Amino acid sequence: MDMRPDPLIMMTTPAQAPTTTPTKVAANNVNVYYGAKHALKDVSVDIPEKSVTAFIGPSGCGKSTFLRCINRMNDTVASCRVEGLIQIDGKDIYDPALDPVQLRARVGMVFQKPNPFPKSIYDNVAYGPRIHGLSRSKAELDQIVESSLRKASLWEEVKDRLNDSGTGLSGGQQQRLCIARTIAINPEIILMDEPCSALDPIATARIEELMEELRHNFTIIIVTHSMQQAARVSQRTAFFHLGILVETGSTSDIFTNPTDKRTQDYITGRFG
Amino acid sequence: MAGWYALVVVALMLAGFALARGRAQSVAGGNYAGMHSLPSYHGLYTASLAFIPALITFLVGSQIAGYLATQSALSALPNDIQSDILRQGAALREAVNIVRGGPVGAASAEVQSAAVNYASALSAGQWITLAVGVLAGLAGLSWGLSRVSMNFRARNAFEKLVHALLWICATIAVLTTVGIVFSVVGETYRFFFDPAIKGKPTVFEFLFGTEWNPQAAMRADQGDIQTAYGFLPLLTGTLLITVIAIAVAGPLGLFSAIYLAEYASPGVRAVAKPILEILAGIPTVVLGFFAALTVAPYIRGWGETFGLNVASESALAAGVVMGMMIIPFISSLSDDVINAVPQSLRDGSYAMGATKSETIRQVVLPAALPGIVSAFMLAISRAIGETMIVVMAAGLAANLTFNPLDAVTTITVQIKTILVGDQEFDSAKTLAAFALGFVLFFVTLVLNFIALKVVQKYREQYD
Repeated sequence: MDMRPDPLIMMTTPAQAPTTTPTKVAANNVNVYYGAKHALKDVSVDIPEKSVTAFIGPSGCGKSTFLRCINRMNDTVASCRVEGLIQIDGKDIYDPALDPVQLRARVGMVFQKPNPFPKSIYDNVAYGPRIHGLSRSKAELDQIVESSLRKASLWEEVKDRLNDSGTGLSGGQQQRLCIARTIAINPEIILMDEPCSALDPIATARIEELMEELRHNFTIIIVTHSMQQAARVSQRTAFFHLGILVETGSTSDIFTNPTDKRTQDYITGRFG
Repeated sequence: MAGWYALVVVALMLAGFALARGRAQSVAGGNYAGMHSLPSYHGLYTASLAFIPALITFLVGSQIAGYLATQSALSALPNDIQSDILRQGAALREAVNIVRGGPVGAASAEVQSAAVNYASALSAGQWITLAVGVLAGLAGLSWGLSRVSMNFRARNAFEKLVHALLWICATIAVLTTVGIVFSVVGETYRFFFDPAIKGKPTVFEFLFGTEWNPQAAMRADQGDIQTAYGFLPLLTGTLLITVIAIAVAGPLGLFSAIYLAEYASPGVRAVAKPILEILAGIPTVVLGFFAALTVAPYIRGWGETFGLNVASESALAAGVVMGMMIIPFISSLSDDVINAVPQSLRDGSYAMGATKSETIRQVVLPAALPGIVSAFMLAISRAIGETMIVVMAAGLAANLTFNPLDAVTTITVQIKTILVGDQEFDSAKTLAAFALGFVLFFVTLVLNFIALKVVQKYREQYD
């Protein structure tokens, strides 16, 4: 096997305490409208690099909407309008000079329902590298596919059937395939929109372990309905309610010592 | 008589429904929850029980009445007419015409008495049928009424009758297809193997002959035109025109479907899609003279500027216009299947940093492939079966050629040409049309089979 250093591993830095890491994504007074509906109101938040940040809150509170602003997926919704400033590494991502297609290559996304393409497992993972020309040879592409599947801890299960259809895998495997597909293009940020809500507890546990490994290389932002999941996987948590970012802080603070009454009510299960 | 019969049966059914429902209501005494089936189900069941025996009696009885009337008419005819099939048939038709008040010449006394026999036997048979039908309907009705009770499962029993009705409808559709196939196969067999048919080709000559000329010389001064039934020129002509049509309609139809499904704004789509579908509603005879009067001269003039010799009726003109005809089949069906590809697949691709056209090319079209293939297959079947455009634009000359600028002819055009006008159905020329029809049927069957296999192979790749 080719033993060249893996580009993903090369950029690994030692894990740092979340509070001291530099800011990756910074949002200032972000407002989002769907037609006349004001979905997100004056959201300002800093998201640190190489850590897991969880967005929690009741259904319809705007957390998924905010997530989809970070890779400009809301551009595909005709009625959606975004105001305010969102920066990645200090650069405005809504700058007209910036190509959203290139932005999405840097900001990957995993969806609520696993959505593998109706192609082979290999082609699913090779999709992004082929589009972005990340490999110069078949051997190099093989290498990227293998290392991505290994990082998504799926390699051992599928290495003998890479040419089978990706849609034939189980739900949990499909979701890990989608994660492998996302990390194959080596993004800086991975957005996860309730990635475990369609999975059973065992598959969920595997994805959560995976996030713990991935956070050393990637900035991960996860939207979740499960407060236990937020507590298990994230270093920082932001609580959204009715389109307002109520409170943000380290996960341990939010869950043990919330400052806002609404946060306290939500995490103790009084509403939502 | 049939009208009276229908009226009586409807009255029986209404009575059955009302009586059974009334009895069920009184049996229940307001306690509908404790009853297995609601009263209206008892009514429907009893009405069906009255209808079915009455219908069967009518179908059987009218056949028997007709047969007996014919027999009784025959008995009035003299022996020499009875023994001659042709004269017997003519006399019977004359007698029936007298009964129905149709045009009659001076009929002989025997035919007049046959007509009297026929009329009285038919009338008696019909009255008997009506009486038996009413009795059978009443019997069904009273049996249905006797079954009304708290525990009788009228709901399930009626369900079974509905099941049977649906099965019968499906069977009739299938049997019709089978009947058509058998009639075509039978005539095709006669064409090849009936010793009474003169001048017919062998199967080998038919399938591999390179000359098609079913019209034999009628008179000596027409020269020594040899009759020939070589099928190859028709096959190549059909294939040539179909290939041209698909070459025109495939890209145009598919690309317009992609535009409509993925790029067009809702306003544009709402206008453009119906207009495209109107194209499918233009009668092919109109497209035919568009091809013959507009497209063919244009192609001819265009060819002359390049020094090409273009026939005034060319395969190209017919193929291009036929392509126009099948664009809506491809574009409308492909548009539907592209729209059916889940949005989540597109989102997945956009989130990988793919552009819209990359997403369409690499994710949406592969996912929609089965539907697109079946749209193409439907379009090809239409193109192969199309007649009128070819008649008007491509001519009748059976040339064995692959040059799209020549005049060619197709299988369907030859079938039409052979069967137009007065024909006797025991000549090789007429029966050749059935052989052509059989081959055409076989070709489209194979195409449909291939399409079905392709669709099955790729089905359920996404959910």
